[in-house]
Amino acid sequence: MGYVISRTGFESVIEKLGQQYRLYAPVRKVGEGRYTDVDVVRYDFVTKFDEIELEAKSDYAFKELLTPLSQTLFFFTENEVKEADFDDRDVIIFLRSCDMHAVKRLDAIYLENKFADPFYERIRKRVKFALIGCAHSYEDCFCVDMGTNRTTEGYLFSIDVAGDEIKSDVACPDVAALFEAADAKAEEVVPAYVTENEVRVTVPEKVPNEIYKHGMWDEYTARCINCGRCNFVCPTCTCYTMQDVFYTDNGKVGERRRVGASCMVDGYTNVAGGGQYRRTNGERMRFKVLHKVYDFRKRFGYDMCVGCGRCDMVCPEYISFANCINKLNDAVNELEGGASK
Amino acid sequence: MARDINTKKLKKNAFRYSKVRGETASRIRIPGGVINAKSMAKIAEVAETYGNGTIFVTNRQGVELPGIALEDMPAVNKAIQSIIDDSGVNQEERDKGYPASGTRNVVACPGSRLCPFGCYDTTEFARKMDKMIFPNNLHVKIAFTGCSNDCGKVRMDDFGIIGMTEPQYDPNRCVGCEQCIKYCNIRSVGALSLVNGKVVRDTDLCIGCGVCVAYCPTRAWTRSKEHYFRLVLLGRTGKKNPRLAEDFIKWADEQSIMDIVKNAYAYVEEYIDPNAYEGKEHIGYIVDRTGFDEFFKWIMKDVKLNDKAEVAHRIYWGGKHYDRSNNLK
Repeated sequence: MGYVISRTGFESVIEKLGQQYRLYAPVRKVGEGRYTDVDVVRYDFVTKFDEIELEAKSDYAFKELLTPLSQTLFFFTENEVKEADFDDRDVIIFLRSCDMHAVKRLDAIYLENKFADPFYERIRKRVKFALIGCAHSYEDCFCVDMGTNRTTEGYLFSIDVAGDEIKSDVACPDVAALFEAADAKAEEVVPAYVTENEVRVTVPEKVPNEIYKHGMWDEYTARCINCGRCNFVCPTCTCYTMQDVFYTDNGKVGERRRVGASCMVDGYTNVAGGGQYRRTNGERMRFKVLHKVYDFRKRFGYDMCVGCGRCDMVCPEYISFANCINKLNDAVNELEGGASK
Repeated sequence: MARDINTKKLKKNAFRYSKVRGETASRIRIPGGVINAKSMAKIAEVAETYGNGTIFVTNRQGVELPGIALEDMPAVNKAIQSIIDDSGVNQEERDKGYPASGTRNVVACPGSRLCPFGCYDTTEFARKMDKMIFPNNLHVKIAFTGCSNDCGKVRMDDFGIIGMTEPQYDPNRCVGCEQCIKYCNIRSVGALSLVNGKVVRDTDLCIGCGVCVAYCPTRAWTRSKEHYFRLVLLGRTGKKNPRLAEDFIKWADEQSIMDIVKNAYAYVEEYIDPNAYEGKEHIGYIVDRTGFDEFFKWIMKDVKLNDKAEVAHRIYWGGKHYDRSNNLK
């Protein structure tokens, strides 16, 4: 069922939902961007509708709730371990279609990859979604070619702002009751979605092993500064590393932390004895790109990249991941004369 | 017709006394270093019409139009009116050019308008300062720079304002990638270290340059809401004792800096050598005479610093003393 509701009506719906759920949404953090007097849009908890940034694309993804940048898993003393406290209240995440598709990829990695990660699972079970409609494509988006531009299920309700009104496709009866109580007008609503992006990509169907030594990666060795921003803003990057910390004033007590990791940053492939599997930034780029548009597909049947374009938005060296996919496709064609997907 | 020119008035009116007899140069003031393109076109037009067709770009972000006949000064003053209007410089009488030349153009590096490391809008602050102090005949130099790189070379000025941000750290967003530490070491002072997986900032060493913020991939480091400044005092060039300005206040706020500069003008009016040649004396030489304590008392009058500000209560300057010995053997 769908509803058209006034802004004030919708504000009351959000306020009521906020009493039942923690609301996790894109928020404009004024002045917290990289540069002076520049904002950043990233996810945070909100209680009011007007705190949600619905116009701009978020610079950072929603994944920070499901896979926190830094999370204490447990504390330890000599012979005991205590799991860190966990906020087990239900959550609604407000996200766009590409990010809804990213959730499927996070689930694949953390729940369906041989065994379920308990720390991911316990929060994932608490999470529901609200879909933010996309009335237009943004710069750097390539969701259409990645097949993530449309979401038709899996959300409680959708949001499309149309002037002073909000249009919602409501899938959850409890939420529908809130809309009814706020004098919403019943009307068929299809969440807005884009059907074309300015950025186009062609993902190669098969990638031959010779790509490993192809010269196309050398460019990235020269250009990339291995900052890893592309990974940290990506809604589907799932890598983490562990920190075992021993408190300085009592070395027998400490905690284990799980922190986000990046396959572009120094140290990611370090092994005992001083080895490092991917030294150059070109090798790291190769690993990342093939993982996103090939290797993941070999295991799960679909590509990991959802085409949100955040990596292109954040790269300080103007390296385009989307363009790299196209270069990869060209290189594959050159190697095999192979057909594209 | 006999040429009868008052050179004192000429200089005060921002024309240069030229070595070429009968010629002058018009000195255009561009506070904050930013001017609209149409004014730049006007400058070119005046240089073509009245000057010798060349433009000298000065060290203090002004321009000088050489080769102007002394007789054309009134016409040039009329012609540059639109530039004065556009650059927002205070004036006493329209079509009469600049009312003073003693207090020099207020300089600014590109600052946060362009530069990734700029900690504030240097041009805006420079313009605000110029509005307060100009016109004035006292020989005072003020310059603004966005960060401690000091591309504005503000330590050569009487008052140098260096942008600072106080890095804000959210350990919950930190993954311990150590890029802030790496770039603080390479590009700044090495104030950061990793302790138990999280970053510790040495607040004494930190110069508030914001390099950590610029390189943090996760927004664990962000800039403080407040824009802070390092105020450095009494640098100068010259034939006696050129020297770099020394630190006076760290983590100062904008209003305090405005108040201090205003107070400094009152101090100079009180203590300047009445016989100073052409009424010009670098403030530093006056301070040498009165002692730093008296200077401090004057400039800090009614200044209300924020709690974070650190103030040096005694400053010693170094520099080259040409006036003592120049023997390099």
